[in-house]
Amino acid sequence: MSSKSRVGLVLATCAALVLACSTGCSGQPGGGEPPPKLEPLSNVGDGEGQLNLIAWAGYAEDGSNDSTADWVTPFEKETGCQVNVKIGNTSDEMVQLMRSGQYDGVSASGDATLRLIYAGDVAPVNTDLVPNYASISSFLKDKPWNSVDGKMYGIPHGWGANLLMYNIDVVRDAPNSWSAVFDDAGKYKGRVTAYDSPIYIADAALYLSKSKPDLGIKDPYSLTPEQLDAAAELLKKQRENIGEYWSDYTKEVQAFESGTSVIGTTWQVIANTIGADNRVQVNTVLPKEGSTGWSDTWMISSKAANPNCMYKWMNWISSPEVNAEVAEFFGEAPANAEACEHTTEPDFCDIYHATDEDFAAKIHYWTTPQKNCVDGSGDNCTAYNEWVDKWQQIKG
Amino acid sequence: MSAGAAPSVSVRRRISLGLLLAPPMAWLVIAYLGSLAVLLVSAFWSTDSFTGAVVHTFTFDNIMRVATDDLFRTATVRTASVALAVTVICAVLAVPLAFYMAKVASLRVRLALVVAVTTPLWASYLVKAYAWRMLLSPEGPLAWATDYTPGYGLTATIVTLTYLWLPYMVLPVFAAFSRVPDSLLDASADLGASDWSTLRMVVAPLVFPGIAAGSIFTFSLSLGDYIAVTIVGGKTQLLGNIIYGQLITANNQPLAAALSIIPLLAIVAYLLAMRRTGALENI
Repeated sequence: MSSKSRVGLVLATCAALVLACSTGCSGQPGGGEPPPKLEPLSNVGDGEGQLNLIAWAGYAEDGSNDSTADWVTPFEKETGCQVNVKIGNTSDEMVQLMRSGQYDGVSASGDATLRLIYAGDVAPVNTDLVPNYASISSFLKDKPWNSVDGKMYGIPHGWGANLLMYNIDVVRDAPNSWSAVFDDAGKYKGRVTAYDSPIYIADAALYLSKSKPDLGIKDPYSLTPEQLDAAAELLKKQRENIGEYWSDYTKEVQAFESGTSVIGTTWQVIANTIGADNRVQVNTVLPKEGSTGWSDTWMISSKAANPNCMYKWMNWISSPEVNAEVAEFFGEAPANAEACEHTTEPDFCDIYHATDEDFAAKIHYWTTPQKNCVDGSGDNCTAYNEWVDKWQQIKG
Repeated sequence: MSAGAAPSVSVRRRISLGLLLAPPMAWLVIAYLGSLAVLLVSAFWSTDSFTGAVVHTFTFDNIMRVATDDLFRTATVRTASVALAVTVICAVLAVPLAFYMAKVASLRVRLALVVAVTTPLWASYLVKAYAWRMLLSPEGPLAWATDYTPGYGLTATIVTLTYLWLPYMVLPVFAAFSRVPDSLLDASADLGASDWSTLRMVVAPLVFPGIAAGSIFTFSLSLGDYIAVTIVGGKTQLLGNIIYGQLITANNQPLAAALSIIPLLAIVAYLLAMRRTGALENI
């Protein structure tokens, strides 16, 4: 019948479209190859009137969440760049969003940056065009997570540690070790929480590096298959005591306020939010084993439609005044050393050890695990996709 | 249709019919089946392990992994059990309610009940799921009133999904009951059948296709759900969470595509089973 053959024609057209995409949208280079050659902008012109950002919650506030936190509106007034912010809940989501090519820039953590660089999703930054780059703390420049071969791929924003948070009415022995959520988690069975991401495996690895030194874990992001298995084993045991995992920060705020969770890993901004709501009392501590943490970088998309506005934004957010404002709002150390003179709380930078290079060195910053060990110890490490599989197995 | 229409009119009618049908057909074939085709094709690709970019070389690895991995099997069984439990509970709740609405209640009460059943559909899915999160929390209203809460987990997930999808079961069953003529019930009673026999031999066969139709909604909606379980499921994960994790977290689109073939097959199998009951004519 003719109608049937017509349907066949349509299906064939669809198949052709699929095949066309399969050759046209072809793959990107692998981990062993250098990142694609991309040239940074040579000069910053007038703003394009628009700026589309992907940011962590609390990084680009326009006063709508908290009327006292607004550094986007002044930027819009000064540059004429209308800012649209898309909140990224996880690093993986940010990588996914950046891949769409619809955004001009992203506040990327170290577990996203290299993936973005090597996939050619972000371009190198001409730091001469960002005057405030000069006063960024030197220990944040040219780091493995934000540069390749001496080329900076972004402007550092701020950094901080993943902390241990607990409800002081329930947890009364003031824990100062991650054992409170691993070996001793049974004390709070069903009310322990953990970060719902494969990168949390590094927290277990860090704890094991101290509690089981014979495993030989040097760097929590460079795990051999045996070390990864040991970390997964620890996390499977931890799961018996978990009430629920958290992935976005509002969920953890709500879980602590409702009593669902009483102890677990956190960010300072979450503790601050719970403190502001004043329904339960929590405390945060940097445990004695040290901690994993983040060091965030504003990166510009290689397909940015509004590169001038993005450069203006990178300069704006790293200026001493604004960097102080955002760091204080989020609860992290500002990247700009001069920001410390502009915080409303005078000893803010001391609390967060903002200019303390030794302290910063103790934090194990999120980075993407690779086959070639990220600490340079060999080439028999486990890659991030294996971490994802392990994480799914841990959750059962 | 007027039999004596001029040929030009009939041609014009055909053209207008074609124009009318073109958009839905285009939607169905290109957007709907096309996206499924893209999904199935991408299940045979692989990814670069570091950047997560899709590599377009043909491989059966993903399909093999989906078929053999223990984790995926456990999650599939768990997900299908949740979907079946939700479907059974919805049916158990819906049948007496729909019977009362269709055959016993006065017109006014019936209207009130129809409104009551459909009202939750007006609220957003997330609002309803979060309402259950509040209700079941350790210091929430349920714990306060009864000193008991199942907490977040599989039970909470089943309860929440049952709440979410109950209207989709009640409405087709209600429609099926409404279509059973009262005279049949009277005739059955006149012929000496007990209430139970009437229910079993007259009503049940007429209403069953309605239940089956409702069950297609509740089963497929539960099978694909991954949001309610993140809100009230505690540390539980369902198949949808694993697919989401492979797609968004691992950036492994091919494996996610291969995994999504599981619910696709489950739904096709369920639809085929339901077709035998005549349910598909009742949706």
